[in-house]
Amino acid sequence: MTRETGTLAAVGPTPPHPNPLRPEGAERESRGAAASDPASPLLEVEGVTLQYKTKQHLVTATYRVGFEVHRGDRFILLGPSGCGKSTLLKGVGGFLTPVEGSIRLNGRTIERPGPDRMMVFQEFDQLLPWKTVKQNVMFPMLASRRCSQREATDRAMTYIAKVGLDKFGDVYPHMLSGGMKQRVAIARAMAMEPEILLMDEPFAALDALTRRKMQDELLQLWDDIRFTMLFVTHSIEEAIIVGNRILVLSPHPGQVKAELNSVRGEGAEALQRRIRGMLFAEAIERAGAAP
Amino acid sequence: MSAEHAAILPPVRPEFERQTLDARNIGEIERPLSLWERLGNITPLRRFLLLAALAAIWQLYASWLDNPLIFPTFGDTVAALVKGVVSGELLARTLVSIKVLVMGYAAGVAIAAVLTGLAVSTRLGTDLLSTLTAMFNPLPAIALLPLGLLWFGLGNPSLIFVLIHSVLWAVSLNTFSGFLAVSQTLRMAGHNYGLKGVSYVARILVPAALPAILTGLKVGWAFAWRTLIAAELVFGVSSGSGGLGWYIYENKNELETANVFAGLFTVIIIGLFIESVVFRAIENSTVRKWGMQQ
Repeated sequence: MTRETGTLAAVGPTPPHPNPLRPEGAERESRGAAASDPASPLLEVEGVTLQYKTKQHLVTATYRVGFEVHRGDRFILLGPSGCGKSTLLKGVGGFLTPVEGSIRLNGRTIERPGPDRMMVFQEFDQLLPWKTVKQNVMFPMLASRRCSQREATDRAMTYIAKVGLDKFGDVYPHMLSGGMKQRVAIARAMAMEPEILLMDEPFAALDALTRRKMQDELLQLWDDIRFTMLFVTHSIEEAIIVGNRILVLSPHPGQVKAELNSVRGEGAEALQRRIRGMLFAEAIERAGAAP
Repeated sequence: MSAEHAAILPPVRPEFERQTLDARNIGEIERPLSLWERLGNITPLRRFLLLAALAAIWQLYASWLDNPLIFPTFGDTVAALVKGVVSGELLARTLVSIKVLVMGYAAGVAIAAVLTGLAVSTRLGTDLLSTLTAMFNPLPAIALLPLGLLWFGLGNPSLIFVLIHSVLWAVSLNTFSGFLAVSQTLRMAGHNYGLKGVSYVARILVPAALPAILTGLKVGWAFAWRTLIAAELVFGVSSGSGGLGWYIYENKNELETANVFAGLFTVIIIGLFIESVVFRAIENSTVRKWGMQQ
């Protein structure tokens, strides 16, 4: 399997080092040996160009973006609107096929959506309104035939308890608040125990107080379960709080600007200023160049 | 002037903090509604009162008109209805109609399911459905009756033929537009779990589009019912015993106007029953319970 994808990458027009910020030659060679080796990256995105069609245009959302996510990472895709971060996440989700480059999970090229990569969306309507909270959490496990009915029930109850909604198992989604709905969506994704959690601005539609609380809860969950997640946001603050590694993207089309390590406490403010400088410097340059 | 404006600052006010009152000391926080308010909230009661008022107006007008041949009173109509039910004739006729109706309706819905299933999965299916719907939806079902008689002869098959035509387009049009209106997020969520093909349609699209599908089923039901009565009025008896439409037609010929009204009444009562009991029950246990419809 790995050999196959290896040849694909060699034949394709992908440049060997799509991300000049990171020396990766050494890592790359070791990956070929064992795809499931815990030291090798879980998700490899290599020189990925993604395009989508609107009625009138063919839009290039990202241009030759590359990064690697390791097990246990809280990897953030950060950028202003129009930097293709959500499109990139959809590419990893398998909803879009890259026109150039490759996206590999455990060394296997991603071709279609699948339950090994669970998505959490921004919208509250991602829960199935015709199922209760518990049934919603159980549904993917049953639909993908991963678990028996009993195992699905057990797992669902465990994860619903983990997000603090044990009292709401038999309630329909329309009776929940926005924050609670997002918690259910997170529980639903986690109960599948996917290789990687894909989060598309899951807290963006929440009010500021709830949002802050959800970020802390997410970190607590990570301390507890140590899942791997790829998290899209446009908030620098959120990126620093939630992530351990941040990929900064530039807009139109999305290109890698930097890949940074997040810090908590002391250095957070400096990092925030640094990223802001990175993103706004360009905006000012552009505004200056426009007339 | 401007300097004066700049000089105006809001006064500095002292800060304060307060203890909130214990809720028990505030007094009335919630209070049960009065009997009248609660009675007014019961929908069936309000509807019943409305019906009673209409019946009273009918009774008064008919008594004033005093011409049972043209316009029998409400009391006469009810008497004729009771007589028809007791003698069994009206019930037998109704049963004949309903049997045909259910067969035609079920066949129409089944074909609609196949058509819309094709339409969501292939582009050719979409084109087929939208072209056929655009062509046949405006065509009154009763206009196909002569053709049905020609093809299937005098009997139930030609009735079922027109019934299918009357149900099929209304149901498929609504179902398909319901499918199209399913949010992108739900679709992606479904694909994310690895659902494909029939299981995707059945487990994501159908429940998500259920409000539209139910509307289609209701409209289809009404179309079918009125097509059936009209068709029976036109060609009447099939295999010895006519349906409700034929009952109305016969009694008109015999100038039994009260019986004509009783027949019409039966049509209305069945319509009301299906709408406010059967469909309401389905809605209450699905789309209302799920908060998809108020």
